[in-house]
Amino acid sequence: MIQTIAFYLFATIVIASAALTILARNPVHSVLWLILAFFNAAGLMVLVGAEFIAMLLVIVYVGAVAVLFLFVVMMLDVDFAALRAGFARYLPIGVLLVLVLAAEMIFAVSAWSAGAIALSATVAPIPAEVPNIVAIGTLIYTRYLFIFEGAGLVLLVAMIGAIVLTHRTRSGVRPQKVSDQVKRRPQDAVRKTDPLVGQGVEL
Amino acid sequence: MSIAHIIKSFTLWEFVKAHALTLKYFFKPKATINYPYEKNPLSPRFRGEHALRRYPNGEERCIACKLCEAVCPAQAITIEAEPRDDGSRRTTRYDIDMTKCIFCGFCQEACPVDAIVEGPNFEYSTETREELIYDKGKLLANGDRWERSLAANLAADAPYR
Amino acid sequence: MTDFFAGYLGYNGGWFIATIIGILLIALPLMLAVAMIIYADRKIWAAMALRRGPNVVGPFGLLQSFADGLKVFLKETIIPSSANRGLFLIAPIITFTVALLAWAVIPFGPEMVLANVNVGLLYILAISSLGVYGIILSGWASNSKYPFYSAIRAAAQMVSYEVSIGFVLVTVVLWAGTFNLGDIIQMQRGHIFGFINGFAFNPLLFPMAVVFLISSMAETGRAPFDLTEAESELVAGYQTEYSSMSFALFWLGEYGNVLLMCALNATLFWGGWLPPVDWAPLYIVPGIFWLFAKILFFFFVFSWVKATVPRYRYDQLMRLGWKIFLPLSLFWVFLVSGYLMLTRYGA
Repeated sequence: MIQTIAFYLFATIVIASAALTILARNPVHSVLWLILAFFNAAGLMVLVGAEFIAMLLVIVYVGAVAVLFLFVVMMLDVDFAALRAGFARYLPIGVLLVLVLAAEMIFAVSAWSAGAIALSATVAPIPAEVPNIVAIGTLIYTRYLFIFEGAGLVLLVAMIGAIVLTHRTRSGVRPQKVSDQVKRRPQDAVRKTDPLVGQGVEL
Repeated sequence: MSIAHIIKSFTLWEFVKAHALTLKYFFKPKATINYPYEKNPLSPRFRGEHALRRYPNGEERCIACKLCEAVCPAQAITIEAEPRDDGSRRTTRYDIDMTKCIFCGFCQEACPVDAIVEGPNFEYSTETREELIYDKGKLLANGDRWERSLAANLAADAPYR
Repeated sequence: MTDFFAGYLGYNGGWFIATIIGILLIALPLMLAVAMIIYADRKIWAAMALRRGPNVVGPFGLLQSFADGLKVFLKETIIPSSANRGLFLIAPIITFTVALLAWAVIPFGPEMVLANVNVGLLYILAISSLGVYGIILSGWASNSKYPFYSAIRAAAQMVSYEVSIGFVLVTVVLWAGTFNLGDIIQMQRGHIFGFINGFAFNPLLFPMAVVFLISSMAETGRAPFDLTEAESELVAGYQTEYSSMSFALFWLGEYGNVLLMCALNATLFWGGWLPPVDWAPLYIVPGIFWLFAKILFFFFVFSWVKATVPRYRYDQLMRLGWKIFLPLSLFWVFLVSGYLMLTRYGA
């Protein structure tokens, strides 16, 4: 009973906030609706017993990705008239995309109702007693080790690539070298002299 | 980069030293006084709230020479005067706008009869600006109220003038 | 408690009532604690500057926070005319709520925890990463330049330090072998020589305890990392346009977060509700007192640091986060997992 109510609550909010994400005029509001959608999706994950995935969804998407989204979107100087101008031009492509997605969904649902392939049950049967962090860990680090490491490598390459592409060494700047500053001792920099009158100090 | 330096930077030695210092000061006696209950001594030359003084027989000292009005750099003083029934020249109006006053003390320096003085009182905050525009009555009342310390301060400062 | 109420109301009703009472038992004392901790903060800070601090309202000024609260409560809520109304009002509510949410999984003693979830640590990480939204939204919705700068700073700062906090937590999780906070505390029982409780006494984990302490200061935006409200540059940062209760909610949320971070320091590295030494007579004292003592100690450390260290410059803050803490904690994950592979799980 309570599960059903919770499911429909989360599901309705996910769909509503997803719709509002694309309908909201203000891009910042869009991002906020997206965050609400993430949250309720996490709630759905908790309902099906995948609390690890739910927490990761919140940490990674809400905690990091959406913050960066918001960060960028906040600084946009949005011209609403210009935004609406392209509506008619992009309409055919949009409609096409919607049709393709809808067809895929109908196809998938009808295929599933015709009888599941039961691939997941044979490849990775859900262990009953083990908490799902342990279950996911053993799967990732045994059966899918190479795929997992490969995905990690791809991300690493992407990260290094982004740094290489954006990093530039500028000449003529003198950045602060903290280690040099900390290393400096009074005896390196200070010299005590006792000059005679009129003689001055050699710098 | 010496070994000692590496050890110091990895043990956050400078932070540890700084925190030891602040902890030492944590237990030291306080440097501030407990203000509304304890107060610092004031110099006899302290320039606080204004007051108009009287002679011991009750006659007001001010003779409306308007020297204070003329010398006031903030133009906070307004004086109007006319002869009294007995023929002596007295003020009919003596206003000080305390919101303009900069407490330079020129008025009491200029005064030939020690009538306008700046007293030792500095706790006269009000809730409205209007209350800070002092008229003659308020200033004379101040003088009556603070006369003992005003006279004592003037006497203490007299040898140096 | 659930069983007690379930006897009268059936299981569902009993569970519901017991949970509500549990929430109130955490939230209300927490609010009281926040009020007292603000007073303690001012007192400690004052004492280190050789000042007296608040001492007029009530005995020793103990009621100062309540007087301030009453004053703030009676003020008018001002909403700037060009602000984004809804978000402007939601932002402090988010900050405040998030500060309370994470307390659900903190164990106050054996069996004394509101929600004993398997992924407790991840839950805390998830909730603490939400705290930044209150600040970003308030900065953006105020439609004013100083709050906006502050919001940008807050976003960058919190995301940066969350990364190193994440790696520090990984070392703890590796050693404890669980994400459950109660189990993490149990794993610290007799950790060193069989009788000292706490991961921090382990020489391999102590540096991470220090990194976590410093990062938690940065995460809560406390001095010396309080760049989000650097008054010399940004007036009051994201709180500039706020007044009345919406301002008070930011305060409560900020100090609630500070207390939470103190509790986390105590729980993850210093044995939580365990006494410092695994010695039977010490267990006569209820665990909640040990936890409170540790929280108060860490709060003292927070205030102590605030009174001692000057504010970092923004590039120094970023350098510390990305160039020192991140490589250090990443290396430590490698070190700890390597050590555990060699000793605990066999070569």
